[in-house]
Amino acid sequence: MSQIAFLGAIEVGLLFAFVALGVYLSFRVLQFPDLTVDGSFPLGAAVCAAMIVAGYNPYVASLMAAIAGAMAGVVTAWLNVRLKILHLLASILTMIALYSVNLRIMGRPNVALLGETTVFTPLESLETPMYITLPIALFVLVVIVKLALDWFLNSEVGLAMRATGVNPRMARAQGIHTSGYIIGGMALSNALVAFAGALFAQSQGAADVTLGVGVIVVGLAAVIGGEAIISTATVFRATIACILGSILYRLAVAGALNADVLGLKAQDLNLITAVLVALAMVLPGVRMPFRAGRGQGRNKGRRRI
Amino acid sequence: MIEAKGLAVTFNPGSPMETPAMRGIDLAIPEGEFVTVIGSNGAGKSTFLNALAGELKPDQGNILIDNQDVTNWPTAKRAGLVARVFQDPLGGSCANLTIEENLALAQARGRNRGLGAAVYESLRDEFRAHIARLNLGLENRLGDRMELLSGGQRQAVSLLMSALQPMKILLLDEHTAALDPKTAAFVLELTEEIVAERGLTTLMVTHSMRQALDVGNRTVMLHEGRVVLDVQGDEKKGMTVEDLLHMFERVRGAELDDDKLLLS
Repeated sequence: MSQIAFLGAIEVGLLFAFVALGVYLSFRVLQFPDLTVDGSFPLGAAVCAAMIVAGYNPYVASLMAAIAGAMAGVVTAWLNVRLKILHLLASILTMIALYSVNLRIMGRPNVALLGETTVFTPLESLETPMYITLPIALFVLVVIVKLALDWFLNSEVGLAMRATGVNPRMARAQGIHTSGYIIGGMALSNALVAFAGALFAQSQGAADVTLGVGVIVVGLAAVIGGEAIISTATVFRATIACILGSILYRLAVAGALNADVLGLKAQDLNLITAVLVALAMVLPGVRMPFRAGRGQGRNKGRRRI
Repeated sequence: MIEAKGLAVTFNPGSPMETPAMRGIDLAIPEGEFVTVIGSNGAGKSTFLNALAGELKPDQGNILIDNQDVTNWPTAKRAGLVARVFQDPLGGSCANLTIEENLALAQARGRNRGLGAAVYESLRDEFRAHIARLNLGLENRLGDRMELLSGGQRQAVSLLMSALQPMKILLLDEHTAALDPKTAAFVLELTEEIVAERGLTTLMVTHSMRQALDVGNRTVMLHEGRVVLDVQGDEKKGMTVEDLLHMFERVRGAELDDDKLLLS
């Protein structure tokens, strides 16, 4: 693997770390299997690209992308808690609807951002090449978001959100309005995912309506892979696991694609992803005895997702 | 003062599975009273408790707490007035949160939650002092996950959690039923201690007639969704399990007689 390919993998890994943090919030904290992600990622890209092309400030465009994502999360959560539609189905409905919404926002299947000013434009004026500065900038941003999320999840409100996911009946008995927390958590989760979409579009130079295919699986791969590597006893560690998982997933994919012996090509990406996720899901069982901070049988009889 | 007025609820109305779980329960519990509720399976004990907690909205009737009608309040809104310990030791706490995080959740019952840290050093000291009274050595394990505790330890912690904030009524839902006899005795003793020292108004559902008579100052028997027996004070003190069984048989017998009349 060349240095540029390596740094490229790190860069995409860091971009998808935001997705991983969002997926961690929905799947792990709220225990809400949320496929909205496949729609909110391109939603973020679409909103951001459309606004930048229309002449808006890229920072404002990225922020609006996150807000749009939050709204998508609210729709899914609302379908679930108010209309009592099964969470998985509610999220699929939103995801499907977002495909049309994204086409409407962009007015066409893709929007190119070549030559436009993006949040990464200031990096171009530096002497160090972009393929080095971009991962560094993303790393700083990911760490800031991670620390903010840690702080939030350890606050009274965040703790209430975690209780909502673990034991909603107990949470209600403690005065926690679980519906509100599910809506809020889903908004936050999808805001992070859409923000990642916005950054992705800006770093790749285009937004495309098909960007979202498989994003949820990539996010899950990062979350589950991260959990397989380090103990997630505290929020602080769990969010580190998300980021590490995301980067390692990209490195594994890059490694698989670059290994000539395997003869894999770019079109095999989704197959590789599925295999990696399946491996990561089996792996924790193998590594369980070696990890600290986990009671025996924590995962006994527990859904793997 | 907690008042239930004509509470009635029917599950699956209009279907072959139609079950009237409560058929007009009237009960007034003055402040400071400790009521034990007994009844056979399907008598409506759990339904009644769920209705008081807010998990279940009755079809008919009202629930008043200090003359305020809370019938339509959801559980979370009612949580400032009602504290609850569940039957399932896993039910009253969050298994993969730490002991101190669980205590912090209960510490915030009935008040607004903010963005400040949920657990901080002075609060931790407070928790340590609270939990030390259990003599279970948990004061040194505040950072342990709840799932590492035994069922009895969890119920003991759940009891402490319920008493962290003031309440109008404490609901105990067969909270010793899932424990071995020795642990159950420990938890029951702790319950009586906490209730006595804070003068809590308490409603305890139990399967055990022995427990119902030994604990509290009033015993209510439910049968087929109605209150069929209500004894307190000296009458309760003098009562034996045999007396209670006898009365239970009489209530059921009376109904059988009614049915005979209807059928003949």
